[in-house]
Amino acid sequence: MMSFDTFLLLGAIVTPFFGWILFLCGFPRDDRKIKFVGYLIFGFPCLAAFLLFLRFDLLQEGYCFEVLYDRMGLQKLGITFHLGLNGISSPLFAMAGLIGFCAGITAIHSNPERLRLYLSMLSLMLAGLMGLFASVDLFFYYLFHEFALIPTFLMIGIWGGRNRSGIALELTIYLTLGALVSLGGLIALNVFLDAPKFDFPSLSEAIGQTPLNGSAAWKIFGLLMFGFGILVALFPFHTWAARGYDAAPAPVSMLHAGVLKKFGLYGLVQIAVPLLPEAAVHWSPWLMWLALGNVLFVGMVAVAQTNFKSMISYGSIMHMGYCFLGIGACSALGAASAVMLMCAHGLSVALMFLLAEFVYRRTDTLEMNEIGGLGGKSPLLACFCIAAVLATIGLPGFGNFWGEFGIFLSLGEQIEHRFFLGLSALGIVLSAIFGLRAVSRLFFGSPSESLRKREKKCPVYDLKGKELFPAALILGSLILIGICPSLVSDRIDRAVSDRYSSNSPSGSTSKPSCCPSDGDSDR
Amino acid sequence: MSMEKYLDFSRANLWAELWPEIALCLGALIVLGIDLFSKNRNAKQLSGSFAVFFQLVLIAVHLLDYLLIRHTFDRVSFSGMLKHGIQQDLARTFFLISGMLVSVLAHRYLRLRKLRTGEFHHLVMLASAGLMLLCQTQHFVIFFVALEAVALCFYPLVAFDRESTRSLEAGIKYLIFGALSSTLLLLGIVLLFGVGSNPEYWGASLSGEPAGDPLSFAFLFDLLSENPEHPLLRSGVVLVLIGIAFKVGAAPFQIWVPDVYHGSPLPITAFLAVSSKAAGFFILLALLNGPFAGMTDFLLPLLSFVATLTIFFGNLAACSQRNLKRILGLSGVAHAGYLMVAVMASMLLPGESDRAVWILFFYLFTYLLSSYAVFGVMSLASGDTDSEHELVDYQDLANQCPWAAFVLVIGLASLAGIPPLAGFIGKALLLSVAFETKLHLSIVAMVIGVVVSIYYYFGWIRAVCFHPPKNLDEDEPKVNPWSNLAGIGLQKIFLLCLAATSIVFGLWQGSFGDAF
Repeated sequence: MMSFDTFLLLGAIVTPFFGWILFLCGFPRDDRKIKFVGYLIFGFPCLAAFLLFLRFDLLQEGYCFEVLYDRMGLQKLGITFHLGLNGISSPLFAMAGLIGFCAGITAIHSNPERLRLYLSMLSLMLAGLMGLFASVDLFFYYLFHEFALIPTFLMIGIWGGRNRSGIALELTIYLTLGALVSLGGLIALNVFLDAPKFDFPSLSEAIGQTPLNGSAAWKIFGLLMFGFGILVALFPFHTWAARGYDAAPAPVSMLHAGVLKKFGLYGLVQIAVPLLPEAAVHWSPWLMWLALGNVLFVGMVAVAQTNFKSMISYGSIMHMGYCFLGIGACSALGAASAVMLMCAHGLSVALMFLLAEFVYRRTDTLEMNEIGGLGGKSPLLACFCIAAVLATIGLPGFGNFWGEFGIFLSLGEQIEHRFFLGLSALGIVLSAIFGLRAVSRLFFGSPSESLRKREKKCPVYDLKGKELFPAALILGSLILIGICPSLVSDRIDRAVSDRYSSNSPSGSTSKPSCCPSDGDSDR
Repeated sequence: MSMEKYLDFSRANLWAELWPEIALCLGALIVLGIDLFSKNRNAKQLSGSFAVFFQLVLIAVHLLDYLLIRHTFDRVSFSGMLKHGIQQDLARTFFLISGMLVSVLAHRYLRLRKLRTGEFHHLVMLASAGLMLLCQTQHFVIFFVALEAVALCFYPLVAFDRESTRSLEAGIKYLIFGALSSTLLLLGIVLLFGVGSNPEYWGASLSGEPAGDPLSFAFLFDLLSENPEHPLLRSGVVLVLIGIAFKVGAAPFQIWVPDVYHGSPLPITAFLAVSSKAAGFFILLALLNGPFAGMTDFLLPLLSFVATLTIFFGNLAACSQRNLKRILGLSGVAHAGYLMVAVMASMLLPGESDRAVWILFFYLFTYLLSSYAVFGVMSLASGDTDSEHELVDYQDLANQCPWAAFVLVIGLASLAGIPPLAGFIGKALLLSVAFETKLHLSIVAMVIGVVVSIYYYFGWIRAVCFHPPKNLDEDEPKVNPWSNLAGIGLQKIFLLCLAATSIVFGLWQGSFGDAF
C-alpha cells in the first residue's frame, strides 16, 4: 500500500517524466496552457521535496520513505528499483526540487524558440535530478544521472550561446568518460562484494563481512574518485565545465552547476568513502592536492575573467575544491560540512546564473567592461547580486559559511591537513576579489557608451514579479540555512555519523557528532 | 529395406524440428512465384508485401510454438549434426526478425529505385533460412554448407543495384573476401579433419577406438582437449577462427567492411551489419564453448588481442569518416570487438554458467533494435545515389520530420550505449561480466572505445537536432532528401516500434533478466 510519503517521492520523479512525454508529443497546443502545465510540472516536485524535507524522520535508522520494486529485470545482479531518502540525500533532494522549480519558471518566461521541446528537455533533466538523489540503488542512481545528462547536450546544442555545437559535443564526451569510469568503479564494487542487493546498506553489510583486500579497494576507489572527479570538474579535468556553462541557456546552467554536478560529490560522500575508508585515506593526499588546484588555480583563472558568466562558472568550479577538501579529510566533520556546502553552493550558484541571465536581458552583453552603473537603474537586481556574491564568498549569515567553516575546522583537526588549510583559506580572498570586483563593475560607476545607446532604445527596468519570485525563493532559503543551519545539519549529522563513526580511519580524532550547528545537535 | 530402417531413419532425421527453415524456403518460392506470374509493376510489388506478411506470421507462429510447447531441453537430430535448444531457438528468432525487418526496409526502397522486388525478398529469405541452419550445426560439413549457402545469397544481394558502380564494386570486393575467408576456413577444417581421421597423427594420449565422425563437434572436443598442444590442430583452429573473424569483421580482417557497407543497397547493409555479424558470433560461441574448449588457454590471449584491436580500430577509424554508411560499418566493427569480450567471458566462466551467453544474446538483440532503427531512417531518404549519406543530408531533420529524428536519435544513442536505452543495459552487463572474469585490459579498451564512439554518434545527433549553420555562399539549393516521404505508413509503424522497444528494454527487462 502506498503511503502519502512514498506517493510524494514517486510523484516528484514521475511528474517531470510525464511532463517530458507530454511536451515531447506537442501538448498542450495553446500557449497559455503551456505556462499553466509548466508550473504544475515544475512546481509539484518542489512542493513534494519540501514536504518530504519537513516530514523526514530524524530518528529513523537508514532510509525514510522507501519504495522498492525488485522485478525491474536485473534482479539477478541485485539491481532493484529502490528509492528512499536519508539524511544526506534529503537536503539535496529538497535543493534539487527548489532549483528545478526556479529554473522551470525562468524557462517558461524566457520565450525560447520551440518552447515545448525546451520544456520537455528541461523536465526530463529535472526527472533525472530528482531521481538520482532519491535512489538507494546504485545502478539507478547512475541511470538517473544520465537521464539528466542527455537533455543537457541537446539543450546546449539547440538553445545555447556562442560556439554551442562544439561545446555540447566536448561536454558530452568528457562527461561520458567520467560516467563510464565511475560506472566501472560501481560495477567493480558490485562484482567484488557480491552483495545480495546493489544498494548502500547491503554493500556496507557485505563489506563488513568480507572486507576487500587492499589493492582491490585501492583500485576501485581510484576509479570512483577520478570518475566522479571528472563529473564534478576536479582540477585537471575541469576544462569542460566553464565552457559548457558559458554556452548553456540559464536554466540548464542552474540545474547543471547547481544540482547535477553534485552527483559525483554525493557519490563520494555517500558511497565511496564510507565503504572504502582505508582506500580513501590512501588516496586522500591526491584528492587534497588536486582540490587545492581547484581552489587556487581555477580561482586565479576566475579572477582573470572579464565575462560575468565565465566568472561565475570558474567560481563554481573553484568552490567544488572546498567540497573535495572536506571529503578528503576523511572525517565525519569534513564529510558533513561538504554536504552542507553542496547544498548551499547549489543554491548560491543557481542564484548567480539566474542573476546573470537577468543582467543579460537588460544589457545584451555579459562582458563586465561594457556594463556599468546598472545599480541605479535596477536596484533590486543589484541587491540580489550583492547578496549572492557575499553568499558565494562565504560570509556568515548564508549557508555557504557553515559549509566552508566546517571544512576548515575538519582540515585543522589533523596536523597533516593544516598545510592545505592554510593554502585553501587563500581561496576566500580570491573569491572576494573576483566577486566584489564584478559587483563594482556591473552595478557601480558610470554606464558605458554602448549601454547608453542601448538604453535609448529600450530602458533598463528593475526586477519584475516573475523574475523576482525565483530569485527571492533561492536567496530566502540560502539565508534560512545561514541563520538556522540545524535545519539541514541535523539531518546530515544523523546520516554521516552513522556512516563514518563505525569505520572512521582517524579514530579518536574525529568526533562522531559534528557539524557547525551551534551546539543544538548534541544528543 | 525393412521397417526398422525406416523407423531409425525417421527417428534420426527430425525434419519437423526444421519447420521454420522449411517454411521460410517455401515462402521464398512463393515470393518468386508471385513475382513471376504477375503482369505489371504494381502486382510485382505484391511479392514484397507478401514477404513481409509471411515472415511476420512465421515469427508469431515460431514464438507461439516456442511458448506453448516449451522446447526447453536440448535435443539433436540428423545423427547429431544439428542441435536444437533454447539458445538455438532464440538465435532463429533473431534471424527471423532481422530478415523480416530487411524486407520492411526494402519494401519502399526497391520501389523508389525501381529495382526488382521478387528476387530481392527471395534471396533475403533464403539467406535467413541458411543463417538459422548455421546456428544449429554440430558438424563441420553442414556448417560449411550452410555458410556457403548464406554467402551465395549475399553475393548477389550486395551487388543488387546493377546500375550503381559502387554496388558492383562492393559486390566484387565481398565476393573476393568472402571466397578468401571460406578458403581459410576450409583449410582449417581440413587440417582438423586430417589429424582427426588419422590416428597416427594424434598425440600420445588419445587411445582406443576413434569415437565417431572426425568432423563432428563432439569428436573434435575430445581430440582437442586431449591434444591442446598439437601444432597442426592449433593451426587448424586458428584458421577456422580467422575465417569467422572475416565474417564478423574483427580486426585485422575488417578490410572489406567499410567499402562493402558503403556500396551495397541500404537494406543489405543493415542485413550484413546485423544478421551476418550475429551469425558469426553464434558460431563463435558454439565453437569456442564446444569443440575448441580444450584450447581455451591458447586462444584467450589471441582473442583478447583481436578484441582490443577491433575496438580501437573500429572506433578510431570511424571518427575520420564522412560517409555515414562507412561510419556505421566501422562502428559495427567496434561492436564486434565488444561482443568478442562477451565471448571471452563465456569461455572463462566456469562450467554450467551461461550468463555471458545470455548477455551476448541480449547485446545482439539491442544491437538489432538500434541498428534497424538507424538504417530504417536512413532508407527513408530519397536520393539519386543511395551510397552517399553525408552528415549534411541530415541537418535539420528534427524540424522536417520529427518522428524520424526521434527514432534516429534513440537508435544512435542506444548504439552509443547511453542510458536509459537498451544498448546501455547491454554494455553495463558486458562490463559486469568482464569484471567478473577479470578481463581488465578489455574493460579499459571498452571504456575508451565507448568514449571515442560518442564523438561520431553524437556528431550525427548534433547534425540532426541542432540548427544548421547558415550557408551563405550556396549557389543552388540542394535537393532535400526528406522531401518525398509519402507512402511510408508501414515503415513508420515498424520504426516507432523499434524505438519504443529500445526504450522499454532499457528501463525494464522483467523476467528476461533472470537469465543474466
